[in-house]
Amino acid sequence: MESKSKDLWVLCETNEDGTAKNIGVELLNPGRRLADKQGGKLVSVVIGYKTDAAVKDVSTHGADQVIVVDSEEFQRYSTDAYVAALAHLLEKYAPTSMLIGATPNGRDLGPRLSCHLGTGLTADCTALDIDEDSGNIAWTRPAFGGNLMAVILCPDHRPQLGTVRPGVFKKPEAGEDKAEVIREDFHVEACKIRTSLLQVIREEGGEVVDLEGADIIVSGGRGVGGPEGFGVIRDLADALGATVGASRAAVDEGWISHAHQVGQTGKTVGPKLYIACGISGAIQHLAGMSSSDVIVAINKDPEAPIFSVADYGIVGKISEVVPALTAEINKAKA
Amino acid sequence: MDILVCVKQVPDTTEIKIDPVTNTLVRDGVPSIVNPFDGYAVEAAARIKDNAPDTRIVVLSMGPPQAEAALRECLAIAADKAYLVTDRKFGGSDTLATSYILSKAIAKVEELEGKKFDAIFCGKQAIDGDTAQVGPEMAEHLDYPQVTYALEAAVEGEDLHVTRETEDGKEIMGVKMPCLVTFTKPSYDPRFPTIKRKMKARKAEITHLTTAELTNIDLTHVGLKGSPTRVKRTFVPPRKEAGVVIKEETGEASAQKLYELLSKAHVI
Repeated sequence: MESKSKDLWVLCETNEDGTAKNIGVELLNPGRRLADKQGGKLVSVVIGYKTDAAVKDVSTHGADQVIVVDSEEFQRYSTDAYVAALAHLLEKYAPTSMLIGATPNGRDLGPRLSCHLGTGLTADCTALDIDEDSGNIAWTRPAFGGNLMAVILCPDHRPQLGTVRPGVFKKPEAGEDKAEVIREDFHVEACKIRTSLLQVIREEGGEVVDLEGADIIVSGGRGVGGPEGFGVIRDLADALGATVGASRAAVDEGWISHAHQVGQTGKTVGPKLYIACGISGAIQHLAGMSSSDVIVAINKDPEAPIFSVADYGIVGKISEVVPALTAEINKAKA
Repeated sequence: MDILVCVKQVPDTTEIKIDPVTNTLVRDGVPSIVNPFDGYAVEAAARIKDNAPDTRIVVLSMGPPQAEAALRECLAIAADKAYLVTDRKFGGSDTLATSYILSKAIAKVEELEGKKFDAIFCGKQAIDGDTAQVGPEMAEHLDYPQVTYALEAAVEGEDLHVTRETEDGKEIMGVKMPCLVTFTKPSYDPRFPTIKRKMKARKAEITHLTTAELTNIDLTHVGLKGSPTRVKRTFVPPRKEAGVVIKEETGEASAQKLYELLSKAHVI
């Protein structure tokens, strides 16, 4: 496919209530830099239902143009509907490149779309730049469980597509709303959507945990010892005004609900401070939190891999260190 | 019910070390294993067969001849028949080219088996490339519906009911067969092979498919030349500078020290 413009597109996934997912706004940050270097517009593509809030959000966070597909069949993500909509838009406008969040939906969608268009896709990128020699996007991504980084180019096919790991880039500062909004009247017939949602399994308690928006996260892993072990974790979180996170091990043990899970199959987070308590640091967990500004690890095993990413590490027992830290904080506040 | 499971032989990335002198990946002596996520796909197929014993499970892999070892392991666990796509012309293929080759190989296997598969199962991603792209790309080549991040799958008439992991928990999706499902780590452990099955798998004949058999493949779409993406360079990520390790006499003293450091750095 030949590109018709130098524009850079960024997909904005939406929630069921029509608000933008964080990743859709985050991507405007690296998107701005790439669009400027490419010499084209930064275009946000919003797909969903009743998406006014999302359109407003991307318009005030730096998009030059917003292309909106707003219809009931897009309220929840489905592979078939989203691939149809994006393939239609990409064929019509033919931008030179597009960023998609490497969320579960983004990674379901990206490869399907790239294959449909017969172009290249780079998965789960953690750094983006323009290759000086060729002017192509240089997509940097981890492989071999993060042991090796690869820089990938897509020299001869357009659009260049990549999924970008959430939490790597910060949201750009909000500014004035100057975006041109284009509404595309596009619909997908129900019979073309070959999957159907039968049941959403919400865990008991069904709590909403805002890990992605948290400034401070205190997380517990297998090392907290049991559901009651999360008591001291919650106390520390309360003292710091932090959100409680957890590793997959603790969630699989049933000590805390999935809503708290940080890592490859949970939330990807990037708070100012991440305190990992009794978390060994499996590569899947590190993938979800290693872009935090400051990382503190508390673990009794001095060999735990979590220490390799920690700025501050304490080798010690959770049951001793965590309550003592809570006491220090409360003392300072008093 | 006929299920095809796609598997990849991968280096055990948990065993990979970085050479501190050359700062490169040391792959020598690293054992080859069946990609764990593909193992979960085999297990999911085996569970369907537990309930419907007339289910046939065929495994397909692409790789060098030594990838036969991975296929034999799947035969020992649950599979009935194995095919290996192997040809030097396929080397250097990126995910798009690989998925193209595999989708054509599936058509060939269906011809040899004399029937269509009801479902294609794969792992959600391979632990070496970590792309999670080949499954959905195959689904697109085949024009099948897909469900990714599956934990388990059950047959309900003409449909599969697939429990999948989402960012917020789990959901059950209904999908018409034929379809493609990619599996992630379930909460149960996959089964081990029995000695009897292991013995049988050792002697099983594995059918090789090369460009001589796969005449339906357009060779301009395979290998490095048929791949839209190029690896410009690779590097070992810079090690984060060692953090401050606090190890005072007591947990309490360590906590105090940490608090001092964090407040001095204006983190809290």
